[in-house]
Amino acid sequence: MTPISMTQASVTMSKEQCFEQLLLGKAVKSAEHSGGWLELMRADALEHAQAMNFPSSAHDDWRFTDLSPLYLHGFHPISTFARLTLPDIEKFLIPGAIRLVFVDGCYAAELSDLKQSGNGVTVASLAERIGDNQVAAHFGRYAPYKQDSFVALNTNFFEDGAWIHVAGEATAPIHLLQVATKRESASAIYQRCMVVMESSSRASLVEDYVGLDSGGQNDGIYFSNAVTEVVLKDQAQLQHVRVQREEKNSFHIGYCSVEAGRNSVYTSTSVALGARVSRHTLHVTQQGEGAEMHLDGLALIAGRQIADTHTVINHGAPRGKSVQLHKCIADGSAHGVFSGKIVVHVGASGTDSMQSSRNLLLSGKARIDTQPQLEIFNDDVSCKHGATVGQIDSDALFFLRSRGFSEDRARNLLTHAFAAEVIAKIPLPSLAGKLDSAILERMGGVS
Amino acid sequence: MINKESKVLLEVSNLKAEVAGVEILKGVDLTVRAGEVHAIMGINGSGKSTFSKVLAGHPDYAVTGGTAMFEGKDLFSLDPEARARAGLFLAFQYPVEIPGVSNSALLRLAYNTLQTERGLDELDPIEFEDLILEKIKVVEMDSSFLGRSVNEGFSGGEKKRNEILQMAVLEPKLAILDETDSGLDIDALRIVANGVNSLLSSDNAVVMVTHYQRLLNYIVPDYVHVMDGGRIVRTGGKELALELEARGYDWLRAAA
Repeated sequence: MTPISMTQASVTMSKEQCFEQLLLGKAVKSAEHSGGWLELMRADALEHAQAMNFPSSAHDDWRFTDLSPLYLHGFHPISTFARLTLPDIEKFLIPGAIRLVFVDGCYAAELSDLKQSGNGVTVASLAERIGDNQVAAHFGRYAPYKQDSFVALNTNFFEDGAWIHVAGEATAPIHLLQVATKRESASAIYQRCMVVMESSSRASLVEDYVGLDSGGQNDGIYFSNAVTEVVLKDQAQLQHVRVQREEKNSFHIGYCSVEAGRNSVYTSTSVALGARVSRHTLHVTQQGEGAEMHLDGLALIAGRQIADTHTVINHGAPRGKSVQLHKCIADGSAHGVFSGKIVVHVGASGTDSMQSSRNLLLSGKARIDTQPQLEIFNDDVSCKHGATVGQIDSDALFFLRSRGFSEDRARNLLTHAFAAEVIAKIPLPSLAGKLDSAILERMGGVS
Repeated sequence: MINKESKVLLEVSNLKAEVAGVEILKGVDLTVRAGEVHAIMGINGSGKSTFSKVLAGHPDYAVTGGTAMFEGKDLFSLDPEARARAGLFLAFQYPVEIPGVSNSALLRLAYNTLQTERGLDELDPIEFEDLILEKIKVVEMDSSFLGRSVNEGFSGGEKKRNEILQMAVLEPKLAILDETDSGLDIDALRIVANGVNSLLSSDNAVVMVTHYQRLLNYIVPDYVHVMDGGRIVRTGGKELALELEARGYDWLRAAA
């Protein structure tokens, strides 16, 4: 790869200065032929961003999550994009997948492999398809740029993103690889993805946020701001895997909005391993009757990492189903946050919802906040939720030691086992295997 | 089988131990030689389960006096894992469930730890499969149990059989079976006992901790010890167990 020289070094700054710096960015917008709607939306988003600034720590959605490490840096927009070659990203590839690669938010056609896309499956650069009526009909309609300043920043500044349109069945998994490169100074990277699943369509999508350790000088400080919008029409089925394995000094703020139609099935498995501070908001709404959702998440953090997962499940139609399992494992002085809100709206009778938040503290300095919330405006529903925060089970630890395992190895085995339940839900064996190995490696290995 | 010439595996002298500041063991003496089968009986609270946990090194129990030598090594200077690697095995009264760890992975990792300890090559998963498919016959276990998480969703009897399977794989010199018979129906009891019997040799030994005489019909002890109030108050042959079955424990307690 060719590193890009930047003249400005990052300097310590205030929250306001940090935000101002982000607003100085300019999207290239060279490839835009939207006929005007996107320019209008960008201008609107910018206006909202300016009005909102960064979220206040007093805000209910942000009160557990300390963003102050983010504010120390001035993030510069990327004006020239790095060029990578296939060997640079080889370790992230998923065999047999349709591959769409973005480098620092810019589409890298030479690294992508779209030839597996079958009939009725469009996987493309959003910038190239911006004139498409389907794009205009959906883009920006679901992620709330008027309420969320990070979504607003993204909507104004994104250069390009993924456009995934599925009518029929995508026979190969779609791998959306978002690569962040190390640069001379801290940079802001905007990633975007729009998925439209037509009626009765099927696909599996892996959104994969990776940092590339290229030995740069700024210790991998960058700010990833990712927004994904997903629409599932009636009977559509999407298996959606999200992996966040950014560089350890980076910041990652992601927002995913999902609208689900009648009898659709949305399965999400989200794994957060990287970044100094990360936040993922998953906001799903069941619009049609009989929609089914399985939302699983795992955050595995150590050192001074902060990983925050916020989910909102809106049951807006009758006989919807949602099953959620979120796990967090925190070591060192890491801080995990889970907030899971389930709202059963008026009319959503027969809703069946189950949520479980299970958390493991590996050190006395680690911290986990978990906050399940139920808001039910209906009688005829079944909603269960539970949360546990615990340490490694001492009986299991003694049992393993009595079978010859050293204490460290026994702890690692039990921690790995705790994480494995979520990893096992990833429908792609090669990816699940790699993540499993990455987790084992992080823990010093057990086998 | 008693052979006074065979080597001493375990020598416990005047062992005292407490849990949460309460003294439970008040001076236990026990000698176990290779080839022997011992039964330790007693009422609930007599200290017999504590004794087995102390020997295995459970961290909740503090040794306050006495010694335990295992093949000449001071047991209490060893971590639980070092005791296991030295050849001590505890079959748990309440086997733990470990979701996310498959039975076969647990057995293979544990086996390989011992192989390394003995200076032998580790077995890869394929080589280990050949070994384990032989071992499961010992406890008449279906191979489908190998792929399942350790003890998760197992019945009480299946859990106890799984403990004996671990014993079969690890081939300890001294196995302590802590109430392995509790919660077993007659068929499971027979399977567990057959498994233990098939593993007995002149080089190893078994200490069964039990409340009831029933198990001893299947695994015939050379010595029966009665524990009461944290001490072994009487030692006899297998007929002592029958006497306890007939008369209960009270007569011994009165005598002690």
